[in-house]
Amino acid sequence: MAKHMQHDIDNLKAKIIAMGEAVEDRVYQATLSVINRDPVKANAVIKGDREIDDMEVEIEEDCLKILALYQPVAIDLRFIVAVLKINSDLERIGDLAVNIAERGLFLAGQDQFEIPFDLSAMVSLAEKMVTESIDALINHDVRLAHHIRAKDDTMDAMNREMYSKIKEMIITDAEQVNILMHVLSVGRHLERIADHATNIAEDVIYLVDAQIIRHTPELYDE
Amino acid sequence: MVEHSIYPENQEMVITTSQVNFFYGQTQALFGISLLIPAKQVTALIGPSGCGKSTFLRCLNRMNDTIPHGRVEGEIFINAKDIYAPGTDVVELRKEVGMVFQKSNPFPKSIFDNVAYGPRIHGEKNPKRLAEIVEQSLQQAAIWDEVKDRLHANAMGLSGGQQQRLCIARALAVGPKILLMDEPASALDPKATTRIEDLIGELRTNYTIVIVTHNMQQAARVSDYTAFFYEGQLIECDQTPKIFTNPRQKQTEDYITGRFG
Amino acid sequence: MNNTADKFILLSLRLITYAIVLVVGYILFDIIRNGFSALNWQFVSSFPRRSGAAGGIFPAIVGTFYLVVGTIAVSLPLGVGGAIYLAEYAEQNRFNSLIRLAIITLAGVPSIVFGLFGLGIFVLFFGFGPSILAGSLTLACMVLPTIIVASEESLRAVPKGFRDASLALGATKWEMIRTNVLPYSLSGMITGAILGIGRAAGETAPILLTVAAFYLPRLPKSVFDQVMALPYHLYILATQHPEAERIRHMQYGTALILLLLVLGLSLGAILLRTHSRKKFRW
Repeated sequence: MAKHMQHDIDNLKAKIIAMGEAVEDRVYQATLSVINRDPVKANAVIKGDREIDDMEVEIEEDCLKILALYQPVAIDLRFIVAVLKINSDLERIGDLAVNIAERGLFLAGQDQFEIPFDLSAMVSLAEKMVTESIDALINHDVRLAHHIRAKDDTMDAMNREMYSKIKEMIITDAEQVNILMHVLSVGRHLERIADHATNIAEDVIYLVDAQIIRHTPELYDE
Repeated sequence: MVEHSIYPENQEMVITTSQVNFFYGQTQALFGISLLIPAKQVTALIGPSGCGKSTFLRCLNRMNDTIPHGRVEGEIFINAKDIYAPGTDVVELRKEVGMVFQKSNPFPKSIFDNVAYGPRIHGEKNPKRLAEIVEQSLQQAAIWDEVKDRLHANAMGLSGGQQQRLCIARALAVGPKILLMDEPASALDPKATTRIEDLIGELRTNYTIVIVTHNMQQAARVSDYTAFFYEGQLIECDQTPKIFTNPRQKQTEDYITGRFG
Repeated sequence: MNNTADKFILLSLRLITYAIVLVVGYILFDIIRNGFSALNWQFVSSFPRRSGAAGGIFPAIVGTFYLVVGTIAVSLPLGVGGAIYLAEYAEQNRFNSLIRLAIITLAGVPSIVFGLFGLGIFVLFFGFGPSILAGSLTLACMVLPTIIVASEESLRAVPKGFRDASLALGATKWEMIRTNVLPYSLSGMITGAILGIGRAAGETAPILLTVAAFYLPRLPKSVFDQVMALPYHLYILATQHPEAERIRHMQYGTALILLLLVLGLSLGAILLRTHSRKKFRW
C-alpha cells in the first residue's frame, strides 16, 4: 500500500513544482510587460490564467484523494497539508500576475513616461522570492525559507518608499495621476506576491520542522 | 527512554516499568523497556510483528509465567508494588490487572456463568450479589441489552463481536483497575471493531487501558498515548497526536507511514 | 489425481469398511446363533453344577463385574491423574519423554506377561493371594496406558484459550484445570474408560494366574477372595472340560453373556459421555 501512496505523492510533488514554475513564469512575463510596455506579453499572461486555475483544481483533488484513500500520517500528512496551502498561494500569485499584466496592458497604451524609482528592484525581488520559495519546497530547504521571510520585510520597505514617492509625484505632476495610480497598483501587487511567497516559505518550514510559525515576527538569525 | 515531560503535570502513573528484559530461554525478546502507563488513559503499543509488544503486555499480569524457560529482569511496579518481588500473590495481581485476548475465548457455559466465573473463583457465592456483578459487567461492556433476556443461553451462540464484548465483561467482573487488551478487535469485522473501539473510549473513564494493536489507524483513533516497539526495544512513546503528526524518531515515522513493517 | 483414481479409492475404502462390519457382524451372528439356546433365566441366575456342564454362570457374571469395577476404580484415577500431570504440569524434558515411552511400551506388553507380573507382585510378593484385589490391580496395570493416552489426548484437545482466560481471571493452576479443563475433557476420558472396561472384562491371561477360579460355587465375600470370571470360565469349558463337545451351547452362551455384559457397561459409559458432551460442548 505504501508503494501506491508513494507513487501518488511523487506525482503530486511533480505537479505542484510544475505549477510553481508556471506561476514563476507568469510573474516574470507580467512584470516584463509592464517594464517594456509589451501588450502581447500582457495578453498571453491574462489568457494563460485559465491553465493555472485548472492546475490548482487538479492538485486539490489529488490531495483529497490521497487523504481519503491512504489516511497519511506524520510527514506524509504534513506534506499534503502543505501542498494544499501552497497550491492556494500559487493560484493567488497567478491571479496577481494577471492583475499586473492588466496594468501592463493599460500602460502600454500610454505615452512614454519616467518611473522615478526603481520598480525593477521590486520586480526582481518579488520574482526571486517566488523562485526561491519553489526551490525551498523542492529541496525541503528550511534555511532558504527563513531567508525568504526576511526578504519580505525588505519588500514591505520598498513598497512604503514607492508609496511616498508616488504621493510626491502626484502632487508635483498632476497630469500623470492615471499612470501613477496604475504604477502604484503594480507595486502593491508585487508586495502581495511577496507575501504569498512568504506564506509558501512558512508552509515549507511547517512541512519540514512541523512547526507552525505563521504570525511570529522574529527573524531567523544564523 | 521515555521523558516525563510528555505527560501533564499531575498525571498519576499506574504502571512503571524500568529496564525490563525478557528472555525465552537464551533468546532475549525485550531489551531494557522503561515505560510509564498513565492512569485512566489509553496507551497503545504498536510495532511490526514480533517486536515484543505482546510479550511486554503479558509481563504486566505475569501471564508470561506460564511460558517454560521464560525469565524477566528489571522492575515492574503496579500501584507502587513490584509485581515480580518474591512472595507476590499472582492471583491478587490478576484481579487488579485484567486481560482480554486476541481471539475471543468465551467458556462453553452460559453467558451468566461466563461472567460469574471470575467472582466465583474468588469466593463470591451469594446469588444476588453475583447477579448484580454480572449485570453491571455486561452493562459496562455495552452488551447488556443484547443478552439480558438470555443470560442462561450458551455463550458460544453469540457472534464474534458479542463474544469479545462478553470476554470484556468477564474480565471486568473481577473488578480490575487496569485492563490489558491484546489486539482485541483483530478477528472482528469493521462494524464490530468500531463497537469495541467505542467501548474502549467509554471504559477509559474508569479504567487504565493498555492495548496492543497492529492496526495503526486503530491506535490513532482510540489511544491517548502511543508507544512504538521495534525488535524488542521501545523506540518512542508520546502523546498520540504527536506520534502521528510529527514523531521524533525516524524509525517511528518510517513505520507509521508504511515504509516498513 | 484424476476422477477414476478418486472413484477407485473411494470404492476400496468403502469395501474395506463394509468388510470390517461384515466380519464383526458374522462373529456376533455366530455367537448369538449358537448361544441363544442356552440363554434362560436359570442360566444367568444359578450356580454351576456338574463342573459347569449344567446349571448357570451367575458367579462368573458377578466375578467379571467385580473385576471390571475394581479395575476401573484403580486405573481411572491413576490414569487420569497421570494424564493431568503429563498434559498440564510436565515440562518437555528427557525424563518426561522417557515416561511417555514407558507408557507406550506398557501398552504393547502381552497380556500373559501382565498375568505373570501380577502373580509375582500382587499374589506372591504382597501376599494378596489369588484374589479380586490382585486381579483388579493386574488388570489395572494392563489398562492404564489406554486410559492415560485417551485422557491426555482429551486434555490436550481443550483449547489453550480457556486456560489463558481462566488464569488471567485469577484462577490458580489447579482451579483452572478443575473448573475449565477437566469438565471439557470428560468425554474423552470416558471413552478411555470404555475401552478399558472392554479389555478388563474380556482378558483371560491376566486373571488366569491372579484371581480366576473355575469351579467356585459361591459368591466372594471380600476383595481377598477368588472369583469365577466369564472369559476364564469360557476358556475352561471350551478346552479342558471333559464334556467340551457336548456343551457347545453353554460355551457360546457364556460368550454371549460376556458380550452383553461388556456392551451393557459400555452403553452406560456411552450415555454418560453423550450427556457430558452435550453439557460441555465447545
